[in-house]
Amino acid sequence: MEKLISIASKMAISRNRNCQNIENVDSINGKSKGKSFIENFMKYIFTICGFVAVASVAAITIYMIISGVPAIFKVGLGEMLFGTVWAPTASNPSFGIAYIILTSIIGTLFSIIIGVPIGLLTAVFLSEVASKNVAKFVKPAVELLAGIPSIVYGILGLLIINPLMGKIEASLFANSTTHIMNGGANFISAILVLAIMILPTVINSSETALRAVPTHIRQASLALGATPTQTIFKVTIPAAKSGIITAIVLGIGRAVGEAMAIVLVSGNAVNIPLPFNSVRFLTTGIVSEMSYASGLHREALFTIGLVLFIFIMAINIIINKILKGGGKVER
Amino acid sequence: MKDSICKKQVRVLDGFLITLIYISTIISVGILIGIIGYVAFRGVSSISWEFLSTVTSEIRGTFGILGNIVNTLYIIVLSLLIATPIGIGAAIYLTEYAKPGKIVRLIEFTTETLAGIPSIIYGLFGMAFFGVSLKLGTSILCGCLTLTIMVLPLIIRTTQESLKTVPLGYRTGALGIGATKWYMIRTIILPSAMPGIVTAIILSVGRIVGESAALLFTAGAGYYLPRHFFNHIFKSGGTLTIQMYLNMERGDFNNAFGIAFVLIIIVFVINIFTKVLTNKMRKG
Repeated sequence: MEKLISIASKMAISRNRNCQNIENVDSINGKSKGKSFIENFMKYIFTICGFVAVASVAAITIYMIISGVPAIFKVGLGEMLFGTVWAPTASNPSFGIAYIILTSIIGTLFSIIIGVPIGLLTAVFLSEVASKNVAKFVKPAVELLAGIPSIVYGILGLLIINPLMGKIEASLFANSTTHIMNGGANFISAILVLAIMILPTVINSSETALRAVPTHIRQASLALGATPTQTIFKVTIPAAKSGIITAIVLGIGRAVGEAMAIVLVSGNAVNIPLPFNSVRFLTTGIVSEMSYASGLHREALFTIGLVLFIFIMAINIIINKILKGGGKVER
Repeated sequence: MKDSICKKQVRVLDGFLITLIYISTIISVGILIGIIGYVAFRGVSSISWEFLSTVTSEIRGTFGILGNIVNTLYIIVLSLLIATPIGIGAAIYLTEYAKPGKIVRLIEFTTETLAGIPSIIYGLFGMAFFGVSLKLGTSILCGCLTLTIMVLPLIIRTTQESLKTVPLGYRTGALGIGATKWYMIRTIILPSAMPGIVTAIILSVGRIVGESAALLFTAGAGYYLPRHFFNHIFKSGGTLTIQMYLNMERGDFNNAFGIAFVLIIIVFVINIFTKVLTNKMRKG
């Protein structure tokens, strides 16, 4: 309040000064024209700024469609989406992305299955179990985890998870004649890296959701004789359901869209997504081939981008729906 | 008496679930400590004065990241110069001017959508739109414009949050003593929301420093120092993350870890800054 008063008094002084300088003192009836021009001008500027986001989304959508659709017409929709052979540089090129799409879907699913329980329980620890001092240490750690660049996760996956998987692979497939060894650069490694990467997203959003559960609901449950643990799992988590679902969907979005962390970890050959196969995701396909692609190959990569974009837009619309629905329930 | 109030019933399930909670937390925190420890352990040895202050030279066979540091600074400054005014303007429009309704919902939905689009899509869009259609090619400017759109939702949302915390009394008070709307925004709302705006800028810096997929095809991978201060933005310039990716691809892991260590330190510093600012805002 003091701040306001000081600002107000400053303003009054400066206004007085203005009035003394000007012959026609600003009357309450006569609006000053210079000022109303600036007022309107600023209003338009702000309105334009507000619509930059809308314009960007429109531009991105249009450009993804314009650059992604031609390849579909040239190759054929069915052949592209359901074809399994990706050989863009062969003399008789083939552009089937079925395995690539399948890898992204299954990979995301499993990274969610691994990452979400760990993330959710960590969020429970932070909001329900931990004392303030412990939370003070754990929370910044999670925030730091969220800030680490994805490429750093990539190098760790490449140098820690891959050799580990390589050893498992070597012992599992020692007698196999059909399996192609890829030194641990396989589907599982990529899933593990993705599961770690979605942790901070899941932890932060579900913690916010858990903290938003009113205390009296917990107190009522405890008063009825439920143990603290029963309260957490039977009352608090169900009450925070919509927020937790949002957290999961956000995690899905992050896992689907991640590129740089898994491009070197996943092996990058187009294969059926089996645990020890070298695989290619939608994102890693674009990253690894865009630099030298041309012609139809390049257009096909844009089609992969378009498929990814459609996934992401679907996820965004789902989040929007959940948030709206959740808001209504709370009211 | 079997179920006496004095005799506590042992619940196996409770114990099991609590153990799970602790294990999950230990995994989450353990991963972080592991990452930082491993990167520091592998990265410190490759950090030297030459590493930080020279440019890679093929002739002498030395490796340095000065060019990449300069490129990263170029991209941070230029992207924020474009994105901050637009972002703040949009936030002001949403909180001060717009009437709640379809338009606000549309803008908020598109902002959320922008925040959810993965960086590789921004990379593709930037390459097709700024690079090919606007004929910027692979240049720092092309990368900057791409990143501008990418950090826009972050700036809009953080600024909006801090504008919302400015008490209504400040607004009505200012308008009541005769300030015009723009005068009120300029002298009262924006100064009060300053910590939030600075937080938004710092968060954006963190996002830009860590970005790689959106820059790979837009800003390229150049590592030379600028010859001309302004013309440099039309040249290809790789940031620290891009250089790290290229090193990894080549199998040069020691230098890659050196860059990773530098990146983690930057992220750490940024985190501390945000913490201090948000605390200030809460007290504020």
